Amino acid sequence: MAEPANQAYTSLLAAKGLNAWYGESHILHGVDFEVHSGEVVTLLGRNGAGKTTTLKSIMGMVEKRTGSVLFQGQETVKLPSNRIAQLGVALCPEERAIFASLNVEENLLLPPEVAAGGLSLERIYELFPNLKERLKSQGTKLSGGEQQMLAIGRILRTGAKMLLLDEPTEGLAPVIVQQIGRTIARLKSEGFTIVLVEQNFRFAATVADRHYVMENGRVVDMIPNAQLDANMDKLHEYLGV
Amino acid sequence: MTEIFGVPTQALFGQLLIGLINGSFYALLSLGLAVIFGLLNIINFTHGAQYMMGAFVAYLLANKAGLGYWWSLALVPLIVGATGVVIERLMLSKLYKLDHLYGLLLTFGLALIIQGLFRNEYGTSGLPYPMPAELSGGTNLGFMFLPNYRAWVIVASAIVCLGSWFVIEKTKLGSYLRAATENPALVQAFGINVPRMITLTYGFGVALAAFAGVMAAPIYQVSPQMGADLIIVVFAVVVIGGMGSILGSILTGFGLGIIEGLTKVFYPEASNTVIFIIMAIVLMFRPAGLFGAQK
Repeated sequence: MAEPANQAYTSLLAAKGLNAWYGESHILHGVDFEVHSGEVVTLLGRNGAGKTTTLKSIMGMVEKRTGSVLFQGQETVKLPSNRIAQLGVALCPEERAIFASLNVEENLLLPPEVAAGGLSLERIYELFPNLKERLKSQGTKLSGGEQQMLAIGRILRTGAKMLLLDEPTEGLAPVIVQQIGRTIARLKSEGFTIVLVEQNFRFAATVADRHYVMENGRVVDMIPNAQLDANMDKLHEYLGV
Repeated sequence: MTEIFGVPTQALFGQLLIGLINGSFYALLSLGLAVIFGLLNIINFTHGAQYMMGAFVAYLLANKAGLGYWWSLALVPLIVGATGVVIERLMLSKLYKLDHLYGLLLTFGLALIIQGLFRNEYGTSGLPYPMPAELSGGTNLGFMFLPNYRAWVIVASAIVCLGSWFVIEKTKLGSYLRAATENPALVQAFGINVPRMITLTYGFGVALAAFAGVMAAPIYQVSPQMGADLIIVVFAVVVIGGMGSILGSILTGFGLGIIEGLTKVFYPEASNTVIFIIMAIVLMFRPAGLFGAQK
């Protein structure tokens, strides 16, 4: 279905008053933010601010959550994570979570297709040529950078158009960080919508449209990327850098 | 008469055959335990009782419904597997967030209840189950006489074990299973219905036990105690092979059956304990088992 160009920036994902718990600990205290279709949005904040938990809550991977998460207008806060994935949301977790008992190819093919229009394997190998040479290696025998490429690559196949990337650049060499930055830019140009959790806001500034700042389980500020320089002092204070 | 190491070949091959038969049952049962433990993290102490149920349901199908061995071989795993699905949905699924101990207590308690019910109904003496006519008799191999049914047990269990191994290690379905064993939350977040997969996996493990029970019925007597006697050895096999290792449980199952058979020839006094001695030695040097991931 072709959408009129002026509706390209409709809200694809909207969290309202999102609360989340791990066991007894209350981690998110009413998170509000929204992501438009085709945008790259980052969640910035210190360690423990609730960024990763926000991604996991969108994905339905926390024990308990309340509030509202609308995806394409559909309420998902009561759905189990497999149903949410089937709607077209995919997570690349912070720990990468490459499966040790699967080889690279099996890891890449593991997530089932949830919609038509995912990237073909050829496209994924074109983005990450290293993977193609290591298909029969055990997944966890790859270098950190290659594991990150595999963790991103495997969710591009599925047809999910909403990607949640949790610190994809953490602990990687600058040349790989650049490669991931270029990949995110290409995905955006192809119409993917991306929520990116980052500690490194200099990297975030190169790829994102808008930045949400989180503190103590809440979103406390939103800074459009164009106004990042003007807000640098404020941002330094938020992030404590 | 020909001898090897001072033992008549007749006796040697005879015990090897018995060892392979026992090994077939060890392998089928420890494979089911390994699959269940891998995904559910539950040590299924009900396994022996489910093996016994397999034999009893075959006995009942024969005596109440007139269905013979081949029907039982196909139907009993489905019937007993279905009871496993019910147990998983109603009880085991409540325990995954708790300590291992609760799963162990529940399955052990269930085993006692199931065995008690069957003992109450059928007593402790064994009931006979006829050998399928197609497989009666035997073949003279020259160096020994091989009963056809026993050859069938060895071949059938090897096929089922290798088939299970193939599905788990080499297919797409198996990659879901292996991945969910490592990180169920993420596999579910990829869109796979992991709770349903867990339920079916338990049902499959139980079905394997029931399949072994049907195969055992014509060899051993059908009795409420038959699983309890066997399962202790099978747990030793699982510990030696390594908890959760699929290939390990198959190889150790057959291997230990053979070792047990050979011990009967060369040092009969130790034949009942040799598996436990091996278990003690393996635990000293490789606590995670021969094929388990060393932590």
